Amino acid sequence: MSGPAGGDALVTVDGLTKRFPIAAGMFRKPTSFIHAVDDVSFRLGSGESLGLVGESGCGKTTVGKLLVKLQEPTEGSITYRFPAPSTGGHLAGSVDAANIKGRQLRVFRRQVQMIFQDPYESMNPRRAVYDTIAEPLLVQGIGDVQDRLDRVSEILNLVGLTPAGAFLFRRPHELSGGQRQRVAIARALVIGPSFVVADEPTSMLDVSSRTGIMSLMQELADRLGIAYLYITHDLAVARYMCHRIAVMYLGKIVEMAETEELLRNPLHPYTRALLSAVPSPDPMRRRDPPDILGDLSLPVDPPPRCRFYERCPMATDRCAADVHPPSEEKAPGHWVACYEA
Amino acid sequence: MTTVDNQPVLRVVDLSLDYLTRQGPVQAVQSVSFELGRGQSLGLVGESGCGKTSIANCLMRLLPDNGQLTAGQVVLEGQDLLLLSDEEMRHFRWRRMAMVFQAAMNALDPVYRVGQQIVEAIEAHGVEETVADARERSARLFRMVGLDPQLMDRYPHEFSGGMRQRAVIAMALACDPAVIIADEPTTALDVIVQDRILRELKAVQQELRMGMIYISHDIGVVAEVTDRIGVMYAGRLVELGDTADVFRAPMHPYTAALMSSFPSISGEKHELETLPGEPPNLANPPAGCPFHPRCAYATEECRQEFPPQAQRGSQWAACWHPMDGADVVMDMQDKLDIIG
Repeated sequence: MSGPAGGDALVTVDGLTKRFPIAAGMFRKPTSFIHAVDDVSFRLGSGESLGLVGESGCGKTTVGKLLVKLQEPTEGSITYRFPAPSTGGHLAGSVDAANIKGRQLRVFRRQVQMIFQDPYESMNPRRAVYDTIAEPLLVQGIGDVQDRLDRVSEILNLVGLTPAGAFLFRRPHELSGGQRQRVAIARALVIGPSFVVADEPTSMLDVSSRTGIMSLMQELADRLGIAYLYITHDLAVARYMCHRIAVMYLGKIVEMAETEELLRNPLHPYTRALLSAVPSPDPMRRRDPPDILGDLSLPVDPPPRCRFYERCPMATDRCAADVHPPSEEKAPGHWVACYEA
Repeated sequence: MTTVDNQPVLRVVDLSLDYLTRQGPVQAVQSVSFELGRGQSLGLVGESGCGKTSIANCLMRLLPDNGQLTAGQVVLEGQDLLLLSDEEMRHFRWRRMAMVFQAAMNALDPVYRVGQQIVEAIEAHGVEETVADARERSARLFRMVGLDPQLMDRYPHEFSGGMRQRAVIAMALACDPAVIIADEPTTALDVIVQDRILRELKAVQQELRMGMIYISHDIGVVAEVTDRIGVMYAGRLVELGDTADVFRAPMHPYTAALMSSFPSISGEKHELETLPGEPPNLANPPAGCPFHPRCAYATEECRQEFPPQAQRGSQWAACWHPMDGADVVMDMQDKLDIIG
C-alpha cells in the first residue's frame, strides 16, 4: 500500500503487527494471542492528514500508540523521515522507530506527539494550565523561565484561549471540555512537532465546541505544516478532518482512499456497511439497513482467511479457502483488500 | 409517521427544577411544557448541561437530594405524578413509565443472570402471577429486542455492549409501560450496532404504541427515530415542532446553528459553523433570552426579556426574531461570518 510521493513520506509503516498475549495462568506460556494490528502498511506525507476509522476494538488506537512509541510492535517497521532543520542534525535521514533510544528518543518526542480522547482524564487536576503546557519544554530543557512563559502564552493565543493571561493559572476544573481539549492541543504543539497522533480528540465534546476544535486543528496543520494520524469512529468527522481515510477491521486496513472517493465510491463490503449505518440528519432520507451479518468478535488467533469472512454478505468459497486478500490499487490511490471488490 | 390519539398520554406543564449548590440554586429546567401522544416519539436535543437528562429525571421522579421541583405538572394518563407520595409513585415508575439509561453496564447487576433480573422486575411489579409466566414473558421480551432467549441464563459480563443495551431495553419494556424514556441509549455503541438497536427500539415502540421520549445530542439519530423534536438550551425548551419541519426550516437561531455545525457524510460538504462562546452558567444566567450573548440576531429586547413563543403551524420557537424560509441556514452562516 502506498501514499503520496514515494520516497519523501514523513512516516512509512510497513507490515506493522502487534499481538497481545492472553494470560494463560501464572508460569504458563500464553498460547493465544489477540491480533490487534495485523500487517498494516501505509505512508503519510508531510502536512498530510490520514483518518483511521473503524469500530471499537479494530486496532486503530493501537496503531496510534505504536507510532508514538508508547508500545513496541511485534513485527514490522515504522520509518520516519523528519524535516532536517527541525531536528538539529539528530535523527537525520530515515530513522527506524525501533532503533530510537536514549537521547534520540528525546529528540523524537519533540517531533511526534499525541492528543488523547478524554480531556478530563489526560490532565493532572492539581496542575495549572501553565504547568501542563510547559512540562514538555521543561523535559526537553528548552528556554529559561521567561522563554517558557512567552512560549506558553503564545501557544495559548494560537489555540484560541485568549487573553492567555486569564488562562495561565487556571486548573482543569475551571475549564469547559472544549477549553481543556484546547489545552491538550497546546501541550502537544508547544514543542513544534511535525507529526501528531490525534485519538478521537472531539468525541467527548459537544457539537458547538467540536466544530471549534476541528477547525482549530485544521488551521494549525495548515499554518505549522503538521501531519495528523486522525483516529476516529466517526466518518463524518473524518470527512472534514482528513485528506485520506483508511478503514480498519479486526486489525487489518481493508480499504484506503482519498476521503471523498472513499465516501462516494466505497469498494469494500465493510466500508459500505459502515457508511450505510451512519444516521442521516435529513429526516426525509430513508436509509437501508447495513448489509452485514452477525456481530463483531475479537481477533483471537484468527484463521488466515479474510478477517471479514464471517460477516460478509458476498463471501465466496475462495474467501473461505484463501489467505486474507492482499491490498490492491483498484483506482488511482484507492486500495482495497477484497477478492470480490 | 405514526397515528396519534387526540388525548396525549403524557403532558408536561411549566416544569421547573433547581439544583441547590453552594453557589446558590442552579436553574436546570425552566418552564418546560410539551405533550406526548400515544405511539408518538419526541426527541429532546441539546448540548451537555442543557437540562435534557434533568427533565427525564423529573418525569421519573429520580432526582438527586439537591434537586428541587419549583413548579409544574407531569400528567401521565390523567394523573399528576408530582402530587403522588413516594409510595404511590413506586406504583407508576417502571409500570407506566420506564427509562433506558445511557450506561447499560451500570443498569445491570453483575452478579445476577440477565434473565433473572428481568423476571424479578416482572414479579416485583405484579405483572405476571407465576414465575413460569414471568419467564415466558421475559423470553418474549428478549425476542422482541433481538436477543436469543437462551441468553437469559448468562451473566452481564458475558454480553457485549450492544447486547447489554438490548437487555436493558427489554427490562424497561417488562411492565408494558405507556411511555418509555430513552436517554442516549446508543451513545456508547458503534454505528452498526446502533443502527440495529434503533431499528428494534423504533419497531417495538410502534408495535406497542408507546410514547417515547428520546434524548440525544446526535441530531442525526433524532432525525431518524422521532416524529417531533424539542430543542433545549440553558434549561429552556427553545423550539418544538415536527421533526421534518424543524430540520427543513428551523425557527430558532440556536437550532439553525446546531444543525449547521453537524458534520454529515452525505450530500455536498458544507462549511461547518462554529458557534461563538460557551453555554451560560445556569447559577447566573443572562437576562432575557439565554442565547442572546451568542446570537447574531440579538437586539435590545432579547437582552431584556425572555421571548414569547412565535408560532408557525405546529412548530414554535421562543425567539424575538424567529427565522423563516428555507434559506435560514445559509442566512445564519452569513451572519456568523460577519461577527466571526
